[in-house]
Amino acid sequence: MHYPSTNRPARKLHRFHGGLHLPDNKAQSNGRPVEPAALPKQLTIPLQQHIGEVAHPLVSVGDRVLKGQMIARAQGYISAPVHASSSGTVIEIGEQPVPHPSGLSSPCIVIETDGLDEWVELPEPVVHFAQLDPSELRERIRNAGIVGMGGAAFPTSVKVTPGPETWIKTLVLNGAECEPFITCDDMLMREQADRVLAGVAILQHLLEPEQTLIGIEDNKPEAIAAMNAALETGGLSNTEVVPIPTLYPSGGEKQLIRILTGKEVPSHGIPAQIGIVCHNVGTAAAIADAVLENKPLISRYVTIAGEGIKEPRNLEVLIGTPASSLIGQAGGYTDAASKLILGGPMMGFTLHTDNVPITKAANCLLAASEAESPNPGPASPCIRCGQCAAACPARLLPQQMYWYAKAKDLEKAQEYNLFDCIECGCCSHVCPSHIPLVQYFRFAKMESWAREQEKRKSEHARKRHEARVARLERLEAERKARLSKKKAGLKKKTAAKKAGGEAKDPKKAAIEAAMKRAAEKKAKLAEEGVAPKNVEELTEAQQKQIDQADKRRAEAAEDTKQATQEPEDA
Amino acid sequence: MFIAIIALSLLALGFGLLLGYSSIRFHVEGDPIVDKIDALLPQTQCGQCGHPGCRPYAESIAAGEDEINRCPPGGEATMIALADLLGKDPVPMDDEASVEKPKATAVIDEKECIGCTLCIQACPVDAILGAAKQMHTVIMDECTGCELCLPPCPVECISMVPVKVDTGNWKWPYPDGAETNEVTEATAG
Repeated sequence: MHYPSTNRPARKLHRFHGGLHLPDNKAQSNGRPVEPAALPKQLTIPLQQHIGEVAHPLVSVGDRVLKGQMIARAQGYISAPVHASSSGTVIEIGEQPVPHPSGLSSPCIVIETDGLDEWVELPEPVVHFAQLDPSELRERIRNAGIVGMGGAAFPTSVKVTPGPETWIKTLVLNGAECEPFITCDDMLMREQADRVLAGVAILQHLLEPEQTLIGIEDNKPEAIAAMNAALETGGLSNTEVVPIPTLYPSGGEKQLIRILTGKEVPSHGIPAQIGIVCHNVGTAAAIADAVLENKPLISRYVTIAGEGIKEPRNLEVLIGTPASSLIGQAGGYTDAASKLILGGPMMGFTLHTDNVPITKAANCLLAASEAESPNPGPASPCIRCGQCAAACPARLLPQQMYWYAKAKDLEKAQEYNLFDCIECGCCSHVCPSHIPLVQYFRFAKMESWAREQEKRKSEHARKRHEARVARLERLEAERKARLSKKKAGLKKKTAAKKAGGEAKDPKKAAIEAAMKRAAEKKAKLAEEGVAPKNVEELTEAQQKQIDQADKRRAEAAEDTKQATQEPEDA
Repeated sequence: MFIAIIALSLLALGFGLLLGYSSIRFHVEGDPIVDKIDALLPQTQCGQCGHPGCRPYAESIAAGEDEINRCPPGGEATMIALADLLGKDPVPMDDEASVEKPKATAVIDEKECIGCTLCIQACPVDAILGAAKQMHTVIMDECTGCELCLPPCPVECISMVPVKVDTGNWKWPYPDGAETNEVTEATAG
């Protein structure tokens, strides 16, 4: 059963606090159809493209890999595997520059492509996913390496597994795409609305929500129309495309939930606590590929835009393609290009080089001109105008947090709910003093985490130190106990000797007894007249030897006799 | 007058008994303030404060025998936390503690190691693995960087290597007033 949504009364929408009306600049890149990007000579696939544990490589240098083959497996629950985006040979596993605000390198698998683009053997496609067990579907989503494609890159398999006590009432699909310049979700919804809705159907099967809301900003009429058209033929129940007013940052998870349902996600909480789960439309399309065709996440739509690009456009890009190659396919840089940003102008970060690969969460390459992204100049003192607080979509007090972050008083900053900051950049944008507020908040957040970690580490070190001290004490006590036992044993022995007086040593007694027995035997034999025959037929030399020995023996006997007598004499 | 003396004596006796009873009934083992101070110290057990470990230093602070600015690994942050806890005024860091070193861990040059076990005996957190006449190695995750294993080594094969910054432990820098390459403040066109 489905509703022709054009005839429905408009849903009551809510408004989040603050926000900004920004020039959207989307027309730059959404005029051309999406084309697949050319296959690059080398694919550099980072092992960590998600939040959580780094994936563990399954291939080694020199291996031939096929398109779609898992080349690194997930480690731990919050993690995602990584797949080869095309066929070729692994030429390196090691540190490579990655798209990260630090400009640092991180472990990657580098594949030299062979141009054949040969797929690994995929299992039979599943048409009737509803007949599959939800756990099997989740396994497929996990094995496909799907992460949130809106930017946060949180492993999707975790998000589609709400706890047994969590009942998801509303599934929210995020097609708001509120940041200026970015049009990849727009183009995806225009061109592949069916695929997005197929993913939505799978999510509905997994989460069993009462209603599904697809939020799209009203500056994307073509996407809204395409999604509605697909919905009419798709036969999804209780699903609605909801056009929402264009206002940055309506695509923030908490803000979109507020707009569509009027509910607030609790501070420090997640939407699942209020029975809502939010997924990006790109993620839904990837889920459809993973479940229906068993294809892992190896490509995505990427916007290449900005006045610094000759022919801004969207491309379907294999994960691991270098950014420089995409810019080449978009006509290259113009003279206006002043900096290259990954993501949008509000939340993205400057790339130090264009020699970094596209990752699963990379949605836009923005080669901004000086006018599009001007350097704000040196910051002036805060004049307490309060514009930041008025613009903040999370209803925080940025200027208060700013004072504390600046003074590095992190506890106080946290009291002002620093961790509810979504780093949208509205406060910095409106600040008349050009204070880099978001940068202060990012610093304060990172520093707080680092201190927290440090604290845990020192607690761990204390435990180890205490365990060591206890062990040393125990060993010392054991040693002392052993010593005293030995001492006691010795004392006993000497005491026993003293007490026994002439009590004979058992060894000596045994020797004496044996000698006595031998003498008795000899005497007995002599009585019977049997003499030992071992002295007959001796040679002269032997006789001489015996005589000498007898002589020595006699002398020795004499000596001992004297020795024993002497003390008596003295 | 006698009534007053008797009444006061009785009161004194009563309160005395009460105090005596409660000191037994509510007896506190150890000194809780020592635990609190100890919890703030970095637990490197490095002895740079002049005490044989973090807890002895905590005891010394609690007894008022030592200043709060003698912990180099903890740095200024620890000193301020201690000042907060004890209601003292922050004091500038000690001369030796004023320079904050980057965090480092000990690394044993395994080719040089002769297996003497002296470093193992020196390590306060059992972070060195090895046996007599066997090569030793440092368990990186457990090393607190206290440098106590450096002096005992007869062949000087242990060195302190600063912890490598990667994308996992990189931190957004403190915004520098003059430098503004932050893109989040960029206008949208």
